[in-house]
Amino acid sequence: MAVRAIERSVSVRASTKGFKVSLSRRVMTAFAWMFVLFSFLFVAAMFISIIGDVLIHAWPALTPKLLTDITNGIGGGLKNAIEGTMVMSVGALLLAAPIGIASGIYLSEHGHGGAGKMLRFLSDVLVGIPSIVLGYVGYITMVIYLGWQFSVAAGIITLTVMLLPYIARSTELAMANIPLAVREAGYGLGAGEGRVVLRILLPGAAPAIMTGLFYAVALSMGETAPLLYTAGWSNYMWNGHFTKEPIGYLTYVIWTFINEPFAESHMLAFAAAFLITAGVLILILIGRWLLVRGQRRMGAYR
Amino acid sequence: MKIPVFRVGLIATASFLPLSLIALIVFLAIYSWPAIHFNQFHFLWTNDWNLGNLYGNPVTVHGVQIMPGAKYGIWFLVVGTIVSSALAMVMAMPVAIGAAYFLSEGVRKSWAGPLSLFVDLLAAIPSVVYGLWGYALLVPLFGQTIFPFLANTFSFIPFLNGDPGSGYGLLTSAFVLAVMIIPLISATLRESIRMTEPELKEAGLSLGLNRLEVFWHITLPKLKTVLIGVGILALGRALGETMAVLMVSGNALNYLPNNIYAPISTMAAFIASQLDSALQDPTNMAVEALSEIALVLLLITVAVNIAARLLLWMARVR
Repeated sequence: MAVRAIERSVSVRASTKGFKVSLSRRVMTAFAWMFVLFSFLFVAAMFISIIGDVLIHAWPALTPKLLTDITNGIGGGLKNAIEGTMVMSVGALLLAAPIGIASGIYLSEHGHGGAGKMLRFLSDVLVGIPSIVLGYVGYITMVIYLGWQFSVAAGIITLTVMLLPYIARSTELAMANIPLAVREAGYGLGAGEGRVVLRILLPGAAPAIMTGLFYAVALSMGETAPLLYTAGWSNYMWNGHFTKEPIGYLTYVIWTFINEPFAESHMLAFAAAFLITAGVLILILIGRWLLVRGQRRMGAYR
Repeated sequence: MKIPVFRVGLIATASFLPLSLIALIVFLAIYSWPAIHFNQFHFLWTNDWNLGNLYGNPVTVHGVQIMPGAKYGIWFLVVGTIVSSALAMVMAMPVAIGAAYFLSEGVRKSWAGPLSLFVDLLAAIPSVVYGLWGYALLVPLFGQTIFPFLANTFSFIPFLNGDPGSGYGLLTSAFVLAVMIIPLISATLRESIRMTEPELKEAGLSLGLNRLEVFWHITLPKLKTVLIGVGILALGRALGETMAVLMVSGNALNYLPNNIYAPISTMAAFIASQLDSALQDPTNMAVEALSEIALVLLLITVAVNIAARLLLWMARVR
């Protein structure tokens, strides 16, 4: 506000008293504005182009057959892949959420000493590990060494390692936003640490933590590289076994079926891309909406 | 003494994170040890990836079994990875700064929220969808129209002239990578611009600078550390990107790009595409050599991330 007010007064004075702005400055500013506008329009255009490209190609393939048929060599439906993506995202979430949330609680409540700083640093580094490296380690440890072969469990555990740092960091941020006075009030009433964290802090941070979990599921749904060599691929529905049983997933369909020479395969790849993009974007929007709603309903600590 | 069960439980679960990072490095190092022993250091700067004669009898060289004629050198991957990421950074940085400025100060607050959704959702699109978009839209467009035009127009500039290729290659990969990392840089930068003290901006305005000049001369220099930190972080992401690059890079083998349209391959994409053929090697050396590539990539990204986090930590972002 203050910036705007000063600026307005400056510009008024500049215009009324003939405050001279050299031509080169004016030209530079105009160019800079054009560049700034261009960069935003570029980003928006890329987004619209990706969504539009996927939607246009996927539109003819969006039939009920996608949900009722399983994939075959060149086409078919996506029932098995949809199921597999859900199984693995939910599985990874169930494994990663408790560990990640506990780590986040530790980081925010005790993370101010040397050990906490180290842990935070390492989890930030872990975020940056390429997912294909995670997949390869999953391959040599679980698929080969433990003899699980391409399996649901190997895929889920690899995804879990990928999600852990995200969940831990989002939980930490959510908990750190709660003021110290809330904790002091809890301890002052004689509550132990466990009770303060579980009954007071976690409910307060719940909307933000939920948003983090939604982001994490969205992330795990869209991953391909860590699953290529851990989950394998299967044309059939999952039979409930966790090891020695490969499973299909949507992102695999995208990158293999687009390389087939058949139009039907390409349509299936685009349909899978549409489903995965729509799923990811919807999850992210729900996550944001939850955060806004939670803060509106319960009030944000500020 | 009463044992604080809750806190011990927290510490135990929290230690999963550093343990998994250490486990990653240790497992990769152990598994690729025979390959490291066989390849020595010239692995990194020889340009020769050859699985050898897969139908021959294994021979023993330096105490390890390999297929006859097998050689492992990944210089073309090192070059492809670094050049494509660097090119992506060069393209992404100015646009990301511009978009961040536009969304933090260029438009009114009530528009900034919905408009920044474009940037945030762009960051959420899965990388394989970027790859699909690159494959279906960019490759034909670039290969048939834009690259021949560029090669003709800039025929006097080295690396921009020469054979415009088919559309798969270095520039396409860099473009897709750039679109992927713009939202990452832009989102953090946007928050940092908002966090900058208003007094500084007001001081600049009172000296007669306009808003863009304030941004260029005052805000941006102040955010230099943040910018470098976020940039390195995005570089780490670009270095390790697999699927998008795999689908648009042309997957060159033992080939160094001679201009920016030439096909390349990166370490991450190579690991993803070569395991099937590496499994044909009965001595298992090819799989171990791939694991050595994964180890190299892991160490590079860990180093890059440590540098970025230290910088950001010094700049007190988050």
